[in-house]
Amino acid sequence: MKQTHIMTTPILSIRNLTVDIPTRHGVLRPVNGVSYDVAAGEILGVVGESGAGKSMAGNAVIGLLNPPAHIASGEILLNGQRIDTLPRDEMRRLRGKQIGVVFQDPLTSLNPLLRIGDQLTETMLAHLDISPSEARKRAIAALEEVGIPGAAQRVDSYPHEFSGGMRQRVVIALALCAEPSLIIADEPTTALDVSVQAQIIALLKRLCRERGTAVMLITHDMGVIAEAADRVAVMYAGQLAEIGPVREVLAAPIHPYTDGLMGSTPLASRGKDRLHQIPGAMPRLDALPPGCAFHPRCPYTQDDCRADPGPRIEDGAGRAACFHPISRTEVA
Amino acid sequence: MALVSIRNLTRIFDVSKPWLNRLIERKPKALLTAVSDVSFEIEERTVYALVGESGSGKSTIGKMLVGLLPPSEGHVEIRGIDLAQETDADKIESIRSDIQMIFQDPYASLNPRWRVRDIIAEPVAARGGKTEGLAERLLEQVGLSARDAGKFPHEFSGGQRQRICIARALASEPKLIVCDEPTSALDVSVQAQVLNLMSDLKDEFGLTYLFISHDLTVVQHMADRIGVLYLGRLVEEADPDTLFDHPAHPYTQMLLAAAPKLDGFGREVPPPQGEIPDPINPPPGCAFNPRCPLAAERCRTERPTLRDVRGARVACHFAG
Repeated sequence: MKQTHIMTTPILSIRNLTVDIPTRHGVLRPVNGVSYDVAAGEILGVVGESGAGKSMAGNAVIGLLNPPAHIASGEILLNGQRIDTLPRDEMRRLRGKQIGVVFQDPLTSLNPLLRIGDQLTETMLAHLDISPSEARKRAIAALEEVGIPGAAQRVDSYPHEFSGGMRQRVVIALALCAEPSLIIADEPTTALDVSVQAQIIALLKRLCRERGTAVMLITHDMGVIAEAADRVAVMYAGQLAEIGPVREVLAAPIHPYTDGLMGSTPLASRGKDRLHQIPGAMPRLDALPPGCAFHPRCPYTQDDCRADPGPRIEDGAGRAACFHPISRTEVA
Repeated sequence: MALVSIRNLTRIFDVSKPWLNRLIERKPKALLTAVSDVSFEIEERTVYALVGESGSGKSTIGKMLVGLLPPSEGHVEIRGIDLAQETDADKIESIRSDIQMIFQDPYASLNPRWRVRDIIAEPVAARGGKTEGLAERLLEQVGLSARDAGKFPHEFSGGQRQRICIARALASEPKLIVCDEPTSALDVSVQAQVLNLMSDLKDEFGLTYLFISHDLTVVQHMADRIGVLYLGRLVEEADPDTLFDHPAHPYTQMLLAAAPKLDGFGREVPPPQGEIPDPINPPPGCAFNPRCPLAAERCRTERPTLRDVRGARVACHFAG
């Protein structure tokens, strides 16, 4: 287990990442100039509505973009080393070893024909220099660590013998078994019930704290972000709208989109008043408005918002990509 | 009199393997009790919400209410008429047109080959009613444009499609709409638009909703009365304020504690233990006893009945 971390260099660093999909009707840009870092032992929440580009950015990091989608510009650094330019073979070795992935649907991420123990040992033998018997021992330990009761017996079960929550634990064990420094969790609890979701979130937080793994948690659920993440990146139409510590961004958002998103979430304290609505819907990628992509729905739009170039978050500093952020006198 | 009265409703599904397999493997029949002895009433012009995790039987109750599934035992009465037992065809017809349903997935519940006009007018056309201008009028009522009537479903986003589903549900001027997870497939900002629309339409048309959802915050926002289901049983029923401020049943308490809070930054709570038991072979006594912190010997043998406890109805031996 890794105990020492150099806190100064982030585990994952994305710089001005742009993903393009060339189509017959022009180039679509699902990720447009996005930059963020994830440090060791930190959970970065990436939040946004469907089509915001949050999963596409995650797929770019693990090198699993479906052609014709490709990284058009920008850099992805893992532990200080560029990985977006790696050849396919080296990227494959890196994935699983350095980066673990947890997808939304636990059933489709497991091979239904293989016992879960075999799936775990296969991954470890591919990435670690250990013997098969050692791998099996570690597989049982990994299952124990993610909280599967009777791991020594259940290691020889098939995926269909587990419930949804238990399967997601197996997937997390699978993502962790080669001891990666980064885990990308793409909607890991969306298919699960509330009580099981709470268990999985608690598990991710514990592993992140104990192992110092960096976690990129992609979700649309603001509540999950609030409870699990240390920092949050809000995406809109392929761009970063706001990024910062989760307490500041969620409690006192300064980008009008984040503010609208928080307002439209039903909350106990608000009672039965009408929910705040953001008018309209997120623009389609082939019909992005000029300037700030949010301006047609924004209540604070002024003339400069409508003209190119739109607002950007300056590299390394700044919190919201907005010319007229909401001013907060007191920060909660 | 309440608009809907559900009494001792039970639904058992036969999930056995085929006859020959059972014979060879010497397995008995497997019966899954999806809904077990559920009773509640929905008053006119109110929103009754059913919440529960997957497998709690909330959708099965909705389907029995609209008549898509016959109950195994018990009764669903709408205005005092039991659709499963009534023989007068006129009465059945009049009640049926008073009930409509909105489904979870707006992509699956609209026929992709039909124009929006035909989709919306179908409930009326099927009964030989007048449909001229109906779709256009309804589209404007749900916040779309009358010109959209000639389009196909694929030309709309998820939120817009759910509006079309709502327009279709309104076409036959129903009294009761069963909404089965109407916003679960939608993004939060779109969800807010659809929930606001549903509240407005309720006031405008004097509608009654049965609102089925797993999302506690949505339910709290919408409902006048909430029923919490666990493994096919109603474990607690109360108004939102009582339920959220003073949950009486240990399961409700667990559910509320587990739900992510928007202001729960870095919240560390011990997550709930265990999972929902197998409904084919539920635990004896109280279904929640294997996960319950209060469980005692009595809970393992005797099934608790719903009792009135300070404005709520609770099925727990220790409540009150």
